Amino acid sequence: MAHYDTIIIGAGHNSLVCANYLALKKKNVLVVEAAEVCGGLGARHEFHDGFHASVAHQASHFPQKIIRDLRLAEHGLSLSGDHKACIGLNRDGDHVILQGNKVSGVPDNEVDAYKRYHRLMKRYADMLAPFWLKTVPPIGNNSLPEMMAFAELGLRIRLLGKEDMREFFRMITLPVYDLMDEYFSHPLLKSLLGWDALIGTKQAPRSPNNSVLQLLYRMAGDSHVTLDVPTLIDALQRAAVSRGVDIRTNSRVCDIVVEQNSETVKATGVRLESGEVVTAEQVVSSADPKMTFLKLLGAEHLEIEFTNRITRIRDDGLVSKLHLALNDQPSFSGLSSPAGRLFIAPNLEMIECAFDHAKYGESPVDPVMEITIPTLENPGLAPEGQHVLSAHVMYTPRKHKSEWDESARAELTTKIIDAIEVYAPGIRSLIVGQELLTPVDLESRFNTSGGHWHHGDFALDQLLMMRPTHGAAQYSTPISGLYLCGAGTHPAGDITGMPGHNAAREILS
Amino acid sequence: MIVTMTNADFSTEKPRPSHFQPRLDERNIHDAWSSWNGYKLAEYYFEAEYEYFCIRNTCGTYDICPMQKYLISGPDAEKMLNRMVTRDVTKMRNNRVSYVLWCTDEGRLIDDGTIFRLADDSFLLTCGSPSTAWLKKSSLGFDNVTINDRSDELAALSLQGPTSCAVLKRMGLKGIEQAKPFTIHHFDFFGDSLMVSRTGFTGGLGYELWIKAELALELWDAVYEAGADYGIHPFGEQATNMARLEAGFIMPGYEFNEALKTVHFEHDQTPFELNLDWMVDFKKPHFNGRAALLEESRRGPRYTLTKLDIEGNKPAEGAFIYDSQDCSRHIGYVTSGMWSPVVKANIALAMIETPYLKGELWAEINYEKELRHYSKIARCSVKEEPFWAPDYAKVTPPRDY
Repeated sequence: MAHYDTIIIGAGHNSLVCANYLALKKKNVLVVEAAEVCGGLGARHEFHDGFHASVAHQASHFPQKIIRDLRLAEHGLSLSGDHKACIGLNRDGDHVILQGNKVSGVPDNEVDAYKRYHRLMKRYADMLAPFWLKTVPPIGNNSLPEMMAFAELGLRIRLLGKEDMREFFRMITLPVYDLMDEYFSHPLLKSLLGWDALIGTKQAPRSPNNSVLQLLYRMAGDSHVTLDVPTLIDALQRAAVSRGVDIRTNSRVCDIVVEQNSETVKATGVRLESGEVVTAEQVVSSADPKMTFLKLLGAEHLEIEFTNRITRIRDDGLVSKLHLALNDQPSFSGLSSPAGRLFIAPNLEMIECAFDHAKYGESPVDPVMEITIPTLENPGLAPEGQHVLSAHVMYTPRKHKSEWDESARAELTTKIIDAIEVYAPGIRSLIVGQELLTPVDLESRFNTSGGHWHHGDFALDQLLMMRPTHGAAQYSTPISGLYLCGAGTHPAGDITGMPGHNAAREILS
Repeated sequence: MIVTMTNADFSTEKPRPSHFQPRLDERNIHDAWSSWNGYKLAEYYFEAEYEYFCIRNTCGTYDICPMQKYLISGPDAEKMLNRMVTRDVTKMRNNRVSYVLWCTDEGRLIDDGTIFRLADDSFLLTCGSPSTAWLKKSSLGFDNVTINDRSDELAALSLQGPTSCAVLKRMGLKGIEQAKPFTIHHFDFFGDSLMVSRTGFTGGLGYELWIKAELALELWDAVYEAGADYGIHPFGEQATNMARLEAGFIMPGYEFNEALKTVHFEHDQTPFELNLDWMVDFKKPHFNGRAALLEESRRGPRYTLTKLDIEGNKPAEGAFIYDSQDCSRHIGYVTSGMWSPVVKANIALAMIETPYLKGELWAEINYEKELRHYSKIARCSVKEEPFWAPDYAKVTPPRDY
C-alpha cells in the first residue's frame, strides 16, 4: 500500500503551492482531488461547447516570492502583461479608469484626492504586506520568536509615523462608504475604489467592520501583473508534477482517517470514495474549515467549544458567477477594447441596495458586477475569434427565498444581461451559450461550505490569529498530523497562494 | 420599560408545584419548602434526622421531579454522548445506568449525572441543572441526534432504604428482587409503562421510579400503600444531603462549582481534584477535555477531595484545614461535614492542596452554642475507604423484610 509523507486534500491553487514547497524539501506528496481537474475555484471548465471559464477569473496579488521560489516562469507562467486597468462603466460613455496610481475620467480635484488616497493606502498595504506571508502567533503563552512577530508588526505600524499610524487605526474599521466619502465626491469613482473592499464577503458599503482591511490585503500585490488564473493553475500543476508530486483527480476524500493513541488523536491518512485508504505521516486539508472538521474529520474527535467555533464561521456566499459564450468580441460604448476589469456599479448606494435585498433572501433589483473578458489574454478558452465574458455578481444570497429554483435563476440571468446590455448594446445577439453559478452551485460543484469564495468572511473576528479560529490558526489543528492550507486560514481567500505557502512552512518546521 | 418596585411582577419566580404536590403538601407539616430548578422542593417533611433514619433503617421517598431529564436519541446519539462524557458510553449495554461526568474543553467539571441506556440509539440523561445549551452545543456536528427535554413530562420518585425492595414487591413489581444495581426494568402500571432503575443517591439499597406525569399520583399512592408496613416516609433535601455525604457522593454547590457558572479563574474543579479518577477513561475514544485532563493526570491535581475523620463531634462544615495545630498554613477547606450516626464518627469531605495530604491535617471548626461562638482545632485523619458502603446495598436479591 502506498504511503506518503503528506497527503493534501483538494487540488486548488493553495494545495498546489503547498505541495510544491513540500516537494522542494524532498517530501513525498500526494494531492487528491474530487473533481476531474486541478484548480478548485480556479479550474477551467467547459461551460458551453468549446468555451471555458474559471470561477476565479483573475489573480491580482499573487506574490512574486511564490512565483520565484517555485520558478513558475519555467513552468509556463507568463509574466508579461500589466496590472489590469479597472474601468467604472458610465452610461454616457464617460468611464472612470484606474491604472495603478493614475485615474482618468474624473475632474482634476478628484485626481488630486486620488493621489492623496493612493499614497496613504499604498503605504498601509505595503506596511501590512509582509504579514500576509507570516504565521500569526496565537494570543498567550508565546515563545520569543512569536513575541518578535508581534513586535515587528507593532514596529512597522509605529514607523508609519504618528499621523499615519493614528489614521491607520481609525481607517481600518471604517465602513468603506465613509472612507470614500472622506476623499471623493465622484459617485462612480467611489464605487470603483470601494469594490475590492466588498467583493466576496457579507459586507455592504455601509457595514461597519473592516472591509478596508480587505482592500489593503488586495492592494498588497507586489506582483504588478494580473495573472490569468487557468494559466497559473497549469503552471503550478506542471511544477508540482515535475517535482515528483502525485496528483490523483476524480478521487473524492470521504474521511480523514485518524488513530487514537494514548496521547492524542492523530491523522494517519484519508479514505477515498472508492473505499481505498491512503496513508501518510501528515494530512493537509485545503477544504474549508467546516468541511474539514465537521464532514471529513468528524466532531467526535474535537472539543465541543472548538467545534462550536467552527460551526459559527460566517460563510454565506453572496457572489454568483455568470459565464457567457460570445461569438464575437463584445463592444462596450466608449471603450476601444474591453480589456481590464469592467465594473457595473454606478454608485455605492446601488451596491448597498443590492445588499439590502440579499439580506432578506432576494435577488438584487439592480445587480452590480465586475466583468472581464478572459479570452483577450487567453484566447485558448474559446474557439478562434470567439470570446468568454466572465462576471462576478453581487449580492446574490445562498439562502435565497426560492432556493434558487429555475425561475429565480432565469430572472437573475436576464437581469444581469439587461444590465450589461446598457453598456454593451447588442451583446445579447452575440450570446451562444451561458452558465449561471449561484452560491448554491459553487457549494455543490466546488465543495465549498456556503459557496463562499474565501472559506469564511474576511471580517475582523475571522482574521489573523482568529482565522479560522483559535486552536487551528497556525495551520496545525487539535488533531496531531492534520494541517490546514486553504483560504480559511491566514491570510484569507483570493488567488494568492499565501495560505498554502504559510502552511508548508509550518508543516516543514 | 421602566420597572419600579410598585409594579414589578415576580409571580413567574414562584416555584412550580411538583407532579406529586398534593401528596407532598399533606406530608410537609412545617411547610418547609425550598426550590430546585423552579420546582417546589421540601427541605424536610417532619424532621431531617427522622427522615435520615428512615433512609437508613426502613425506607423513604425523595421527589426527583425537578431533576433534569433529557431524551437523547438517533443514530449519532451514542457518538455524541461518548464525546461529551468522560466514561465510555459504548461499553454500556441496553437497560443499564451509568454515572457520568462532563467537562469543558479545559477539563473543568460542568456537571455530573446519570445516563440510562434505553436502546441502542436512545438514552436518558439526568442531571441536577438545566443543560440544554451545553447539550445543543455538544451535538453540533452530529447530524442524526435529537435532544428532547423531558424534565416536565416525566415524574420521578426515588425510593431508598433497606425495605425499599420489599415495598416494590408488595406493590406487585414481579421479579424486582432480581434487579441488579444500575439496571433498568419496565412494569405495566395503569396501562402505561413504569420504569424502575436500581439507582439512588444515598449509598444504600434503593430504586428510582419513572412514570409519565399524568400518573404521578397513582404511583405515589401505590408506593405508599405498599410501604405502609415498611416504615415509609418522604424525605427532603436535608436528609438527602446527610445520606449522600456518608456515601461519599459529591454535590454541586458543596464539592464543586459547575464550570459553566464559575466566574473566577479555576474556582471550578476537575474530576481529578474531586478524586473521580476512575471516571476518566483515557482508553476510550476522544472525549471533551481529554487533552487538558491528560496533562493534569500527569502533573497531579492541585487539590484533592479527601474524606476526613475529624476528632470530636462538632460538625466541621465550612472549616478551614491547616497543616499544623498552630494553623500556620492554610491548605484547604471542608466542603461538607456532619456527625454520622451510622459511621459513628465526625466525617467530612474537604478540598486539600494535594502536596499537603502526606502531612498532618487540622481543622479549625467554628461552632455556635446559644449565641456564643467558639472555635476549636481538631485533628483530622484521612479515610481511604468509603465512610459507609454496606453490603446489603449491592446484594441481589436484596434481603427481604
